[in-house]
Order: sequence, then structure tokens, then C-alpha cells
Amino acid sequence: MIKKFFFIIFSFFFLIPNLFAEEAMSLKKQNWSFEGIFGRYDNSTLQRGLQIYQEVCSACHGMKRLRFRELRDLGFTDGQIKIYAETFEILDGPNELGEMFLRPGEPSDTFVSPYKNKEEAKAAFGGAYPPDLSLLTKAIKNGPNYIYSLLTGYEESPPKGFELTDGLYYNPYYDGKVIAMPPPLYDNAIEYIDGTNASLDQLSYDIVHFLNWAAEPKLQQRKSLGLKVLLFLIVLTLLLYVTMKEIWSRIEK
Amino acid sequence: MTKKFKNKTLAWLDYRLPIFSVLREALVDHPTPRNLNYWWNFGSLAGITLVIMIVSGLLLSMHYVAHVDLAFDSVEHIMRDVNYGWLLRYIHSVGSSMFFLIVYIHISRGLYYGSYKSPREVLWWLGIIIFFLMIITAFLGYTLPWGQMSFWGATVITNLFSAIPLIGDNIVTWLWGGFSIDNPTLNRFYSLHFLIPFIIVGVVFLHIVALHKFGSNNPTGIDLTLKQEKIPFHPYYTVKDFFGYGVFFIIFGIFVFFLPNLLGHPENYIPADPFVTPEHIIPEWYFLPFYAILRAIPFKLLGVLAMLGSILILFVLPWLDTCKVRSCRFRPIYKQFYWIFIFNFIVLGWVGSKVPEGHYLIISRICTAYYFTHFLIILPILGMFEKTLPVPLNIFKNPKTKKN
Repeated sequence: MIKKFFFIIFSFFFLIPNLFAEEAMSLKKQNWSFEGIFGRYDNSTLQRGLQIYQEVCSACHGMKRLRFRELRDLGFTDGQIKIYAETFEILDGPNELGEMFLRPGEPSDTFVSPYKNKEEAKAAFGGAYPPDLSLLTKAIKNGPNYIYSLLTGYEESPPKGFELTDGLYYNPYYDGKVIAMPPPLYDNAIEYIDGTNASLDQLSYDIVHFLNWAAEPKLQQRKSLGLKVLLFLIVLTLLLYVTMKEIWSRIEK
Repeated sequence: MTKKFKNKTLAWLDYRLPIFSVLREALVDHPTPRNLNYWWNFGSLAGITLVIMIVSGLLLSMHYVAHVDLAFDSVEHIMRDVNYGWLLRYIHSVGSSMFFLIVYIHISRGLYYGSYKSPREVLWWLGIIIFFLMIITAFLGYTLPWGQMSFWGATVITNLFSAIPLIGDNIVTWLWGGFSIDNPTLNRFYSLHFLIPFIIVGVVFLHIVALHKFGSNNPTGIDLTLKQEKIPFHPYYTVKDFFGYGVFFIIFGIFVFFLPNLLGHPENYIPADPFVTPEHIIPEWYFLPFYAILRAIPFKLLGVLAMLGSILILFVLPWLDTCKVRSCRFRPIYKQFYWIFIFNFIVLGWVGSKVPEGHYLIISRICTAYYFTHFLIILPILGMFEKTLPVPLNIFKNPKTKKN
């Protein structure tokens, strides 16, 4: 009787969420190579993502937690990274005269944000400031799929009866469906160095891949270590189980 | 009673400072019921988790900076630049969830088998004190990364004290160390987050001392009088505990290595911003049942009292439960109410994660009422009227047949 009772109660419990389900846009799910227990980043995808960030996103968005030296993960050599870092100007100082000065970037420097601070960014964009992208995919629920959906989800004309203020854009995936960021990517928005066809889907996939790496650069190390640790623990636990059975058999006879 | 140590140096030292014989009594010779099931693994699991939390926390503290402008960055520094810093931080953050999971199971086991009943009331009290200290520590720790949820969680919880009549606002200012949540708040939270775990260690020792006074309860709930009913702790329960650790570490590892952020909130990867309130301020999953009780009641002060009461009521549980039989095995009616109570608690956790409006509010009120009804009405009455099954004289006898 009690089992029946709990079956009914628990099935009710699982039904409730559906009864009260809130209306939400379902995200476009992509097969990310970094998902799953064997998840890995793909170097050429990451490199294309860096190119998109460099040519498109970095005009407005910073990535201040990323250091040039970390680009080693993308398959670049130390020499390439050094040359790349030197193309940026870094404010340093004070020197012996007490003055701040500009110097070429070094591999240990962080990426340079387009605005000095949040306030400057806000002033430039009329209050809606472009967030730093370093942790973006981790700061949003289901981040990679969400950003992918957002980037590919812009609609040129909003549905009838939807009033859109000038300078704002319609995107059904964004909270409130109105977003201040103009569509950043479109077919052939940039020309890939490696010659890949730069369709909107490809661009969006590549940049999200790159952003996820930036937010979770140790993912590959974490997962490969995890597999070894779990394998070890499973063997150890089996041995402990056998040992336990052996020891307890002394008194269970 | 005191076996001599063969090693002469050891014997000499132990004669003057009996730590070795005390340890031997507690961890090697301690007579333990031979019929303990796997639910009795969770005490030592909680112990090992406390050790893991203290060690990983100590290592994190060597890199963490408790300053409103630097805390978030220092956590990201740990994640990116410190060798295996990501592992340390994920162990510590997932570990808090694991700790609560284990302790909830440990408490549930105590409730099911009546481990709180005479003569183990003080043992039970010490356990509740540990649980209470854990809640405080976990709350303080969650504020340290200084993300959005850290900041706003701290805002909501510290503001609860403003419900105290007359002096409430003064207490809140005193807790904050200023007129808003700011650097002094973060600093003191960090100090206390570092301190309280060591107080927990102290209470755990008392918990063990109280445990060893009468020994573990057992699945039958009866007092064990025969010598054959008990076995030495080592090797039987040491090896069983180690096997339990193995299983636990596998589950722990799956979360740390493959789902490290599943139990946290994405918002906490956004640095704290006092001018932007998150849409929903939700505590970690292990606080949700109590959060639901808090929000089920429309008056702030009553809500706070109900939330506190939901934990404090456990202190008087040994007297609210008037039944002399300990284990659920011989209490067919209480057993059903036990599972309803557990289910009710899970539903409380679920509504705790929702906005308290409409259906959710009604459910949270029903569940809150039931939570207290269970302790204040059902348990006392049940003890008087429930017909318990015949209880065996010792663990070798089958209680259901009168023969044997």
C-alpha cells in the first residue's frame, strides 16, 4: 500500500514542473566537442574563434582575464604569441620619472579591453555596456547553446504589434526580446585565414567554442585527469570491496 | 583494560600521555554492533569530508584575497594561474554540496532508526550543533568569491536580522561593519569562515566521545547486552568505512571533474554589483527547504522564527517522540509517516527554488505546516497509540516469529 502511495505522490511530483512550465524559447543545441567525459577543444576552431574575437567582438568587448601566453593552448608557438602580443600597446608604469608609459605587449599581459572601465563603456553605449567576455559562457545557464542561439537568432523584422525603439534589435532568445547589441555576425562577416567558409552558423559555432575555452581553459586537463582518477578509484573501490568481504567472512560463517 | 604496548618507547610515552591507548580504544578495539548496515557509513564519510574541506580550504586561503576589489579576481587567478588551483576550488565548492548531502543522509538515518532517543540525546544535540555550524560556515563561504549571488545572498540573509524588533537595524549594521555590505563585511566573513570549521572539529570530537559512551545505535534499535553482538571496530568497520570512502570519492570525482558547476549558480561568475539585483536570489540547494519555510510566512519576523524553529525543534525531538521503541523496523505506522516527512522535506526544497507566488506559495505553506505538524502533533500522539511490533531480545533473534 505504501509503495502505491509513493508511486502516486512521486509521479505527481514529476508532473508538477510541467504543469507550471514557464514559456521559454528552447535553445538551438549544438554538438560541442568539449562536452562529455572525453570532451576536448578543437585547435583550428579555437584559432578561428580568436580571429572572430579579434576582428569583430574586441571592438566593444574586453577579455581581461585572458593572458596572451594562454594562447599556447590554441596551438600557437611561443614565438607567434610574442609577435601577437607585441601588436598591442599596454599602459605601464610609473617609470623612474613617475610617469605612465606605453610599451608593446608581452606574453604575460592580459588582453586589452576596448574601454578603460565600465563607466567609459557605459557612456559610449548610452548606458548598456558590453560585458567582458572572459567568463561569459559560465555566467549564463546553458551558456554555449544560449550564446549560439543569440548570435544566430536575430530577426530583421519583429512580429506584428511588437514596438521596437530605434537603435535596438529584436532577438527572441534575449531576455525581454530586445537587445542593444547590433547583430555582430552575419554570413562572410570576416574572411577566415584558413579559408573556411564563414557562414553565420560557422562563425557562431567558432566564437562560442573560443569563448568557452576562455571561460574554462583547464577543461581538457580536468577531464583527462578525471578519467584517470575515476579509473583508479573504481579499481581501488573494487579491491576494498573484496577485502571487506574477505575480512567479514571471518565472522559471517 | 589497558593492554601494554610491546614497543618500550611507546609504552613509556603512553604511560605518561595516554593518547595511543585512547586512540586504540576508539579506533581499534571499540566494540561495535555487528549488524550495522551501510547507512552507518555516513558518519565517517562526514568526517572525511570535513577533513577534505579543511585541507582544500587551507590551500585556497593561501591564494585568495579577501577584498571587494580583488576577491573575484583572486578566485579566477586560482582557476587559471595556480597549479591545480581549478582542482582545489572545484573540490572545495563541490565538497560543500557533498558534505550537506552526506549530513542530510546521516540525520535521516538517525531519524529512521531512532538514534536520538535515550540515552543518546546529547549525542543528537551535538550533531544538530554541528549541522547549525555547517550552515553558517557554508553561507559565509559562499559570499567569499564575491560574485553576484555571493553579494545578494549575503544581503538577503544579513537583512533577516533586521526583523528583530527595536534593535534589528542596529544588529544588521553591526554585522556588516558599516552601513552597507562592503569590505569590512567580506573581511569578517572570511575570518569566521576560516574559524568555524575548527570549532566544528571540536564539536565532532565531543560527538564521538558521546557516541562511544553508549556505542552506536543499530538497525534493530535495541540495547545490545550480549558479547557476541559486538565486534571490534578494526578491522571490520575500518575496512567497511574505507569501502564507503571509495564509493563516495567516485561520486565526488564525477562532480569535480565532469560536472563542477552543476550545483552552483551561473550568476556567481558575474562579479558582485551592488547596483544590479539578480532576477532571482536563490541560495545553494542545501538551504532550499529552510529558505522555503522562511518565505512561506508573510511576516518577516515570523518567517525567520519559523526557519530557526525548524532546526531548533530537533533539539527537543527526543522528548517529542514519546515511543520507547527506537527503530522504524518495529514501528509500522511511524515508518509511513517517516517517508512522508522525507518527501515533504524534498518538496520544500523544490518550492524553495521557485518564486513564492501562486501554486508555489500554497505548496510551501502546506509543506511548512506539515513539517511542524510532524514533530509537534504526529510524533507525540503516535508514541501513545501506535502498536509496535514485538522487539527481539538480541540481534540474533527474528522478531517476527515468537520461536527461536
